[in-house]
Amino acid sequence: MADIVELEAADLTEDTQKGKFLTFCMGSEFYGIEIKYVTEIIGLQPITEIPEMPEYIKGIINLRGKIIPVMDVRLRFRKPYREYNDRTCIVVIEIREVSIGLIVDSVSEVISIPDEEIVAPPNVAKDGNKYIKGIGKVGNDVKLLLDSDKLLNETDLETINDL
Amino acid sequence: MSSQYINEPMLDLFIFESTQLIEQMELLVISNEKSSSYDSDAINEIFRIMHTIKGSSAMMLYNNISGLAHSMEDLFFVLREDKPQDVNYSELSDLVLEGIDFIKLEIAKIRNGDEADGEPSELNKRLKVFHSKIKGQNINVTIGNEVNSQERSTLENQQYYISKVKTNLTASKNIFEATIHFEPDCGMENLRAFSVVNDLQELVEEYYHIPQDLDNEDSASVICEQGFTLLLKTPYSFDEIHKVLVQTFSLKNLQLTQVENSELFNDLQNESHFLLGDSPLKIPAVLGREDLFTNQGEKESLLAAAQQIIISVSVAKLDQLMDLVGEMVIAEAMVTQNPDLKGLELNNFDKAARQLRKITSELQDIVMSVRMVPLAGTFQKMNRTVRDMCKKLNKEVRLQLLGQETEVDKNIIEHISDPLMHLIRNSIDHGIEMPSEREAKGKFRIGTITLEAKNAGGDVLIIIRDDGQGFNKDRILAKAREKGLIQETEDQIKDKEIYNLIFLPGFSTNETVTEFSGRGVGMDVVVKNIEAVGGAITADSVPGKGTTITLKIPLTLAIIDGMNIKVGDSFYTIPTTAIKESFRPKSTDLIVDPDNNEMMMVRGQCFPILRLHRIYQVRTDVTELTEGIIIMVEHDDKTLCIFADELIGQQQVVVKALPDYIRNMKKVRGLAGCTLLGDGSISLILDIEGLMI
Repeated sequence: MADIVELEAADLTEDTQKGKFLTFCMGSEFYGIEIKYVTEIIGLQPITEIPEMPEYIKGIINLRGKIIPVMDVRLRFRKPYREYNDRTCIVVIEIREVSIGLIVDSVSEVISIPDEEIVAPPNVAKDGNKYIKGIGKVGNDVKLLLDSDKLLNETDLETINDL
Repeated sequence: MSSQYINEPMLDLFIFESTQLIEQMELLVISNEKSSSYDSDAINEIFRIMHTIKGSSAMMLYNNISGLAHSMEDLFFVLREDKPQDVNYSELSDLVLEGIDFIKLEIAKIRNGDEADGEPSELNKRLKVFHSKIKGQNINVTIGNEVNSQERSTLENQQYYISKVKTNLTASKNIFEATIHFEPDCGMENLRAFSVVNDLQELVEEYYHIPQDLDNEDSASVICEQGFTLLLKTPYSFDEIHKVLVQTFSLKNLQLTQVENSELFNDLQNESHFLLGDSPLKIPAVLGREDLFTNQGEKESLLAAAQQIIISVSVAKLDQLMDLVGEMVIAEAMVTQNPDLKGLELNNFDKAARQLRKITSELQDIVMSVRMVPLAGTFQKMNRTVRDMCKKLNKEVRLQLLGQETEVDKNIIEHISDPLMHLIRNSIDHGIEMPSEREAKGKFRIGTITLEAKNAGGDVLIIIRDDGQGFNKDRILAKAREKGLIQETEDQIKDKEIYNLIFLPGFSTNETVTEFSGRGVGMDVVVKNIEAVGGAITADSVPGKGTTITLKIPLTLAIIDGMNIKVGDSFYTIPTTAIKESFRPKSTDLIVDPDNNEMMMVRGQCFPILRLHRIYQVRTDVTELTEGIIIMVEHDDKTLCIFADELIGQQQVVVKALPDYIRNMKKVRGLAGCTLLGDGSISLILDIEGLMI
């Protein structure tokens, strides 16, 4: 409960960042992530593997002396693995003082999506869209808006199931 | 000095300085109490500390502290000057420690921004009584008189503080002692001295000088040898007098001290009269005192210098600095090993690059060492706890300290000080028996508590061992049942598990709650504190023989000596302390048992082989044992042969914890943390103990 309050408090202070999303693409879909969580975008770095981790945790990287884990979002979403290339990026996000790098195919741009253009995700499958908070409409495109909080913190259950 | 001058930095400095001095003094008192007499060095030192605290606290308007410090200073002044016999040193230590506690408490109040409102008058009175007692023994003056005069003089002094504090300028009577040394061979010292006196005449109300007779040619040689001493009574401030005095021609050395004790003025006045009367017997006495003042002046200037050398820095800044240096190392590697430079002959560039590499690596070493603090300070503090407990409980305990030089991150030190104190209190209170009981059991009368710190394969272990009665297993079990903490029967639960029940919240077997322990809050506070730094605590005990409590402090930021090894593309670091040897195996030494367990025969002994690439599923080309390298590691008498591709080299590494995210996901077997190598790549630190399970 307290966490939610905290997050909401953060919302208020970062008014200027409200409604702005960093979009990146994976395969043919575009995803958006709230800009306030994004710390920076870096190119691909040498990744140190950590044994006994789920497949989507690629390992850890050294971000200027700070060691952060990196997650391959493709694998997280059970999409096929794709070789990294020079478009591959690591988006570093920070939620509640936990930093993590997200490996994405490529980043595109920062866009504003007003609240009224965001619709709740359709209730398809039980598992299907649990990381999607909403769907934003920008012109003719749709962007899948990620629930970063769930992406990071709802791993425990998943891990146990995976292993 | 008006209150507007008391700004934050000054307050900080005061707190920092006083805390250090008080701690230093506490150590002195404790160590001297053991030998049941105070040596003259210690007395001088304590006198000096009290003097400094008195001065600084008066300056900061903490009159209660300065008053108390003054009483204690007086006490040690007597000890130093009169060297009284038959002093009750244990009573003295008690009094002084009580004083120390008082000052500590007041400083803590000040630090928290509260009013320093403690009332030391009761303690002051007792100090004075003690003071008159030792003084009385020495010079056989009727005690009543002595007490009166002493009280009067302190009273004067106290009033004097107040006036000094309010405004230094309007204090009607400042008394200074000035010692002037002239340049050697300047000649006519007596006349020069006379001119000094002449200059001061308008500023001072009363003055005395040694030697008294300045017209006499002989006094020139006295001034030459011993300097010219002036005692002044003046309404002007220190600075103003100082300003006049430093203008003296051919001045080599000037010492100007403010004399607080007006008695001294009278003393010297009398003594200087004796001097006039050519009494050679008295001269040494006066000179003796003079020497002491000189000494004190020197010491004070030394101290002032020392204070400038040490500054306190916030740990967050150090963290930043360390990260920055790490980044610089990477940047250096990127520049010097830039692919664009490949194949070029660059003699000068190489030279400069080597220089850069040397400096960066030195910088890295220093930054790493800055945060590390030896445990000695924390350990020494425990002496006090032991002493107080023993006095209160009438037990006799000796505290043995081992491995004090072990360095631990500053953050961790702050977290373990309280738990250690709790554990030691517990040991004395519950563990160590009464002396008579111990003798009946055939043990040494004096109990021993050993506090030991050591680096164990990258962890820091702090072990508190006592030779007391040990845990009472049945009582712990009964209590645990009563509180519903265990369901198993006695056979199902191991002794060690039973002992570790004591760390659960709300657990205390001691029936009587004492001042020190037994409320059942101690242990779980200890556990919380230790866990806060990611450590662990275990207990073991042998009934009748004693208890051992082990704190395992994690490696966070501890610096270890590590051997870097490579498996496939991954790097691993093994703490050098764990490594016995490394070698390339011969195929003849290899044994494979029917279960496909590989073993290695070394000098007639057989050890299991652990292939890193297999347990961590790393892709590597080196899978033949004869192509790689075996690193033999040891932990707790168990030995293991780790198989890796190759050795990279040895280096000091800063241990970093794996990211929380990873740790929360799964505790990876055999990984203690990670570290950054010189080129910025990450190496995983192996936890040898974990690998052996």
